[in-house]
Amino acid sequence: MFELLGVPPQALMGQLLLGLINGAFYALLSLGLAVIFGLMNVINFTHGAQYMMGAFVAWMLLQYAGIPYWGALVLVPVIVGATGVVIERLLISRLYHLDHLYGLLLTFGLALIIEGLFRQQYGSSGLPYSNPIPGGQNLGFMFLPWYRGWVVGFSLAVCLVTWFTIERTKLGAYLRAATERPDLVQAFGINVPRMITLTYGVGVGLAALAGVLAAPIYTVNPTMGANLIIVVFAVVVIGGMGSILGSIVTGFGLGIVEGLTKVFWPEASATVIFVIMAIVLMVRPQGLFGTPR
Amino acid sequence: MTSRKAAADGRNVEMIVFAVLMAVMMVAPFVVYPILLMKILCFALFACAFNLLIGYGGLLSFGHAMFFGFAAYVSAYTVKAWGLSTELGILAGTAVAAGLGLVVGLIAIRRQGIYFAMVTLALAQMVFFFCLQAPFTGGEDGIQAIPRRALFGLIDISKDMSFYYVVLAIFAIGFLIIYRTIHSPFGQVLKAIRENEPRAVSLGYAVDRFKLIAFVLSATFAGLAGATKTIVFQLASLTDVTWQMSGEVVLMTLVGGMGTVFGPIVGAAIIVLMQNTLTGFGEWVLVMQGCIFVLTVLLFRRGIVGEIVAAARRRSDAVGREAATEG
Repeated sequence: MFELLGVPPQALMGQLLLGLINGAFYALLSLGLAVIFGLMNVINFTHGAQYMMGAFVAWMLLQYAGIPYWGALVLVPVIVGATGVVIERLLISRLYHLDHLYGLLLTFGLALIIEGLFRQQYGSSGLPYSNPIPGGQNLGFMFLPWYRGWVVGFSLAVCLVTWFTIERTKLGAYLRAATERPDLVQAFGINVPRMITLTYGVGVGLAALAGVLAAPIYTVNPTMGANLIIVVFAVVVIGGMGSILGSIVTGFGLGIVEGLTKVFWPEASATVIFVIMAIVLMVRPQGLFGTPR
Repeated sequence: MTSRKAAADGRNVEMIVFAVLMAVMMVAPFVVYPILLMKILCFALFACAFNLLIGYGGLLSFGHAMFFGFAAYVSAYTVKAWGLSTELGILAGTAVAAGLGLVVGLIAIRRQGIYFAMVTLALAQMVFFFCLQAPFTGGEDGIQAIPRRALFGLIDISKDMSFYYVVLAIFAIGFLIIYRTIHSPFGQVLKAIRENEPRAVSLGYAVDRFKLIAFVLSATFAGLAGATKTIVFQLASLTDVTWQMSGEVVLMTLVGGMGTVFGPIVGAAIIVLMQNTLTGFGEWVLVMQGCIFVLTVLLFRRGIVGEIVAAARRRSDAVGREAATEG
């Protein structure tokens, strides 16, 4: 095999795969943020905590109820999504008539509460979650662990299904219409508040799903969401929240860029996305896929 | 004419409150542990600087810890490794915070509202990683045992009691400059931008320049607060550059009252005292802070001082109406 700038191909491919996996999480999370923001104009700061909850609920289901990974994959988004519905009904819905910044502050407070409770209960050292599909395949130029391949493939599929639902179905058409003119859509007899509640639930469910996918790769710990969500915010600023496909492409793309940076300049890998964000803001403030307002 | 008179009255009341506050703080260290008071003063200045941006400019920065914490590192390093005097060390930290504020401000003011918050948060995280990796910050250990050299080579500040009055003076100067800024024509334009940006643009104001100046000022005083805190505790650590610290200053300002003159001070005192009382309760501090956030946003968005001012205004309005009907 070829060698690129003195980097063995195994290392390069390994980091590319890791980058793709991170990209999958960025895409899933920024997709949920974009869907919620589109309809509610609220930046959901709790998103990281809900991703962490996803991983924890999967761990609890296995620990206390003996429900394996595959069951968790279905149950966790529903359970965590339901908590999202409760949060939206009880708390967030009271703030729609106010400045959007209050929604951000409220969800930030919620994130602190959730993270604090989990830290109090489980410490911050992290809990293991065993890999549901061990083993892998040697592809000649790299070793592909089955589970990592599954994460990339499955999250891509989820992203595309979400995109299809929003852009190509009747339900998605209602959703897009309500994003533009909620008052008019309501006048046509569609229950917009209920739609908002369900959208929030689905967005939260997507975050929880990402959490389940992450559980076997990273250790399950209460701080896993907080650091990730800040990177996802940068991803969202880079992509702009105007287009669903845009957030998917940006998420995966930035994951790959981050993976490559880890190969060529490891020290910069933690900051590369923020640097890209700064550059994008200088050149194209509305984001790569955003529309200027 | 009456509104101008009311504004002048308001300023008089504010100055009286400030004088009383200063008098209380002069005797406070004889009753309360001076280190705790200095901590409150540093955070109060930090929150006042933050309030200049959110309360009067309408810009929510979720990354103010980068100025606070980075200035702390710069002061700590220049004093300890370069042997700079205390006052020059604090000035160095403040100046670097101002420079950082200029760079970050130029990037961040290109977006508004929620995006502005996300951009500042992301840039602050970048500064955090820089502090984590750069050799001069000492990584996880931070910079410890920073000497407290005599101020101007004359005033001995090695004792907490004597340094306390220096910190009080720094706070007073910072507060008065911020106060002056708020009530200057510059501050009025800032408020106009907060209320209606398109109209401010159409009136011919260079909105971006006003925002940038406000951002740099805010960063500078946040830096001054951080630099002072590092000399108080003789320590600079990663805690001060984390996103949690950025969240704390938001919380202080929100609880006390965004856009009020004394709100940030009250908020800072409450949060610092709460953390001090709850030190044995581990992660419950985080939960408590989260609960305060949620309750404040849902129930009293004006904050403590904001609610008091609003109540006083309602009462004086009622009195005014009565006087008008009688007369």
